[in-house]
Amino acid sequence: MCGVCGCGQDHAHDEQHEHQHHDHQPAGHSHAPGLSPSRMVRIEQDILAKNNLYAADNRRYFGERGILALNLVSSPGSGKTTLLTETIARLRADLPLAVIEGDQQTSRDAERIRAAGAPAVQINTGKGCHLDAHRIGHALHSLALEPASVLFIENVGNLVCPSAFDLGEAHKVVILSVTEGEDKPLKYPDMFRAADLMILNKTDLLPYLEFDSTQCIAYARQVNPRLRVLCLSAKTGEGMDDWLCWIKAALMLQGIGYPST
Amino acid sequence: MHEMSLCESVLQVLEQQAQLQQFSRIKTVWLEVGALSAVEPEALRFCFGSVAQGTLADQARLEIIEIPGLAECAACTARVAVQQLYDVCPNCGSFQLRIIDGDQMRIKELEVE
Ligand SMILES: Nc1nc2c(ncn2[C@@H]2O[C@H](COP(=O)(O)OP(=O)(O)O)[C@@H](O)[C@H]2O)c(=O)[nH]1
Ligand SMILES: [Mg+2]
Ligand SMILES: [Zn+2]
Ligand SMILES: [Zn+2]
Ligand SMILES: [Zn+2]
Ligand SMILES: [Zn+2]
Repeated sequence: MCGVCGCGQDHAHDEQHEHQHHDHQPAGHSHAPGLSPSRMVRIEQDILAKNNLYAADNRRYFGERGILALNLVSSPGSGKTTLLTETIARLRADLPLAVIEGDQQTSRDAERIRAAGAPAVQINTGKGCHLDAHRIGHALHSLALEPASVLFIENVGNLVCPSAFDLGEAHKVVILSVTEGEDKPLKYPDMFRAADLMILNKTDLLPYLEFDSTQCIAYARQVNPRLRVLCLSAKTGEGMDDWLCWIKAALMLQGIGYPST
Repeated sequence: MHEMSLCESVLQVLEQQAQLQQFSRIKTVWLEVGALSAVEPEALRFCFGSVAQGTLADQARLEIIEIPGLAECAACTARVAVQQLYDVCPNCGSFQLRIIDGDQMRIKELEVE
């Protein structure tokens, strides 16, 4: 059984990584002697510390196996699942692939992925608006990934809190479709700052819209000057080649330099 | 909702600390919230009250310490106050600001019994 979360599964937790700064305060320096024995306790702990601990476990798991994990984030409907099914169709002959699907309800997306030819695990978050690293750790158990495979994690459609929850991925990839406003990067700066790659999807629709791609990319780089950007259409396949190259290059890097000592 | 899940994370930390540091009730929680952390203090307060109900932090007071945003400019090396993540450097106009403070959400201290 997992000792940290008591969840009945076996997955490693590196307790040493969680720093408890509780050594500054001698026990029970009580206020108002004689009244209730209340005392101050220093904690200095990041709210996300627990999630970060699980994320570190996942990252080590990926690192040791040379697995590339990509965390795909976007608003609902930007085309994440379509991009994945199209990507799987083009890569499945060359690379071992797998998908973790996060949605509040239903396993429809996982079924779309399996139909495209890759193993998929569905995580339903219910009311929860994001995936967390602990649930990813459990999903990894049921997936039993091959070494040097690519794991796509489709996060819950939400541009806010998935930016704060590290899953142990190598990169966050933010997907924005041209049917959304070009100022989304300014409205949700955390997400665009957390991402390494932005995909501007549905470019096939550009002729019918007044979407200014150049302005959108400029806004995104205002938030994150190092952001890489790919423009593509998951529907027509235009621009997909660069995306496939990016995945292969990132996978290759993932297999290099993970310290084994 | 974002603040709701954060409050659940706060509560997890509190429960873990209660075991480690042997307390059973929390009267006050001091929380540092950075201006750049995308967390709305008012929403946090509201969620905390409801998430804490029936737990060791039931009725606990939430003291939010707001930390202003601070960044260092990669272009001119000035340290500048920032209100938003996409601010430009007021010193040189560069966008290359690296956030050095004000993006945190930390539990600082507790008053317990
Ligand atoms: N025109 C166009 N539609 C797309 C494209 N990619 C996805 N869609 C459509 O957008 C809708 C939402 O796509 P889906 O993949 O389910 O989005 P998700 O919620 O991000 O997973 C579906 O109707 C897709 O067919 C694209 O490149 N061009
Ligand atoms: Mg989907
Ligand atoms: Zn566990
Ligand atoms: Zn568990
Ligand atoms: Zn969330
Ligand atoms: Zn500057």
